[in-house]
Amino acid sequence: MNQPMPTQAEIKPMLPVLPVGVAGYGAYVPRFRLPAAEVARVWTGNTGNSLAVTEKAVAGLDEDVVTMSIEAARNAIARAEIDPVDIRAVWVGSESHPYAVKPTATIVAEAIGAVPHTQAADWQFACKAGTEAIQAGIGLVGSGMARYVVAIGMDTAQGRPGDALEYTAGAGGAAILLGPAAESLAVIEGSHSVVTDTPDFWRRQHERYPEHGQRFTGEPAYFRHVTTAASELMQGLGTTAGDYAHVVFHQPNAKFPQRAGQLLGFKPEQLEAGLLAPFIGNTYAGSALLGLTAVFDKAAAGERVLLVSFGSGAGSDAIAFRVTARMQAQRDLAPSTATYIARRTQIDYALYARYRGKLALQ
Amino acid sequence: MEVSRNWRLQSQRYRMEGLRCEQCGTVIFPARAHCPQCAGESFASLALRGLGEVYSFTQVHDAPAGFEHDAPFFLALVRLDEGPLVTAQLTDVERETVHIGMPVEMVTRKLREDGERGMLVYGYKFRPLLRQRRPDEAVALPARVRVPATEAVAA
Repeated sequence: MNQPMPTQAEIKPMLPVLPVGVAGYGAYVPRFRLPAAEVARVWTGNTGNSLAVTEKAVAGLDEDVVTMSIEAARNAIARAEIDPVDIRAVWVGSESHPYAVKPTATIVAEAIGAVPHTQAADWQFACKAGTEAIQAGIGLVGSGMARYVVAIGMDTAQGRPGDALEYTAGAGGAAILLGPAAESLAVIEGSHSVVTDTPDFWRRQHERYPEHGQRFTGEPAYFRHVTTAASELMQGLGTTAGDYAHVVFHQPNAKFPQRAGQLLGFKPEQLEAGLLAPFIGNTYAGSALLGLTAVFDKAAAGERVLLVSFGSGAGSDAIAFRVTARMQAQRDLAPSTATYIARRTQIDYALYARYRGKLALQ
Repeated sequence: MEVSRNWRLQSQRYRMEGLRCEQCGTVIFPARAHCPQCAGESFASLALRGLGEVYSFTQVHDAPAGFEHDAPFFLALVRLDEGPLVTAQLTDVERETVHIGMPVEMVTRKLREDGERGMLVYGYKFRPLLRQRRPDEAVALPARVRVPATEAVAA
């Protein structure tokens, strides 16, 4: 491990003035799956890969971050059983917004019926754009400025053909509807954010595919930020790994979250419910949030859940939840994350190339 | 470029907002100036639930301009629970499973792109049920009414 980050002497978990919780949550995963073995067949002639990802989710021709965010948000609203006009901010975190200029969030807000008296904006912080929006949403609800905020992390991730990222760069995400703790399915117990300027992964303006720092993406980027954010939050809340029934990390592959869990003292079974990368790949800004929805689908009242995102560039948001008794009654009001994952149509590399616009038609 | 037209149709395309005739109760989608049943001109706005079944369908191989990249795709007449018959694409379906009477639900998808530089147009399509029909959402409307679908274009 690299040098740990310095800690501030009296650092405290971030907590809003008014208690905030998750009023509803919703997942979306498109139905197409590209096996990693198929990518390997095309580019290496082999069928294996070292990333422990079996296949990745791929968006169809008529899907993008707008359409997927709309469905996830509708699922979150269905579980919360609220009137969407009470939503005062619609925030979409992604690195694959369909427009370079024009918010994804205004289209989503219009479709879910939150307009016109609402905020709407797109967030950008690689894979943690969604949890960044959650952090801001906690602030907006927790200050009393808004009753509800919907924070979305959603991506149709890009990977250069043949690049290591192509095995994992998937599509999907989730919407988290924040509201007053008293009516929530899970209460937010505290959060902690960590950021440094770490150039592990980027995509320049007008470029189609991102660049990454190969092995540099591991220790100084992912592990350093994730473990610091998680351990600072747990320490600040007076908890240890054993206090959490479930932990969800950002999942660029299956190995990184497993290793992060190990470093922080979590057992494999604490990661199990939220570890989706083997089945859908790395859904970037959607990754940690989708894992959280899969945990919410199963978690029992009173259980603690720790969410730890990671975004290249780089930073991590750690957020601690405690599931309430309302969860069980509300979660069946929308399809489970497992339902979306089970809805599976396998495609080959040729169809993948067509669906993802990798063929030059002119 | 049809920016203003696409913008005007948003509530219809994004949220399936239609009308209910205040004179005879007929549910009308998409919105129009006169009730096709009673020629009434007084309406209440109504958001349709987006649930229905395939009334008929065809597979489009020779797609009209703007839809070439999606071909082949399924185009269907969908009988909504509230009564109207709408024309829309089916999505997330396979040739082997699509059939008349198939229960479907509305989803918002990308309808087309106005070229490389123009706007992206979003609207309703229908897919096999996934976001489950809830028992307490039973349709409270009277018997289905026939509404001509001539204006219910998906484009």
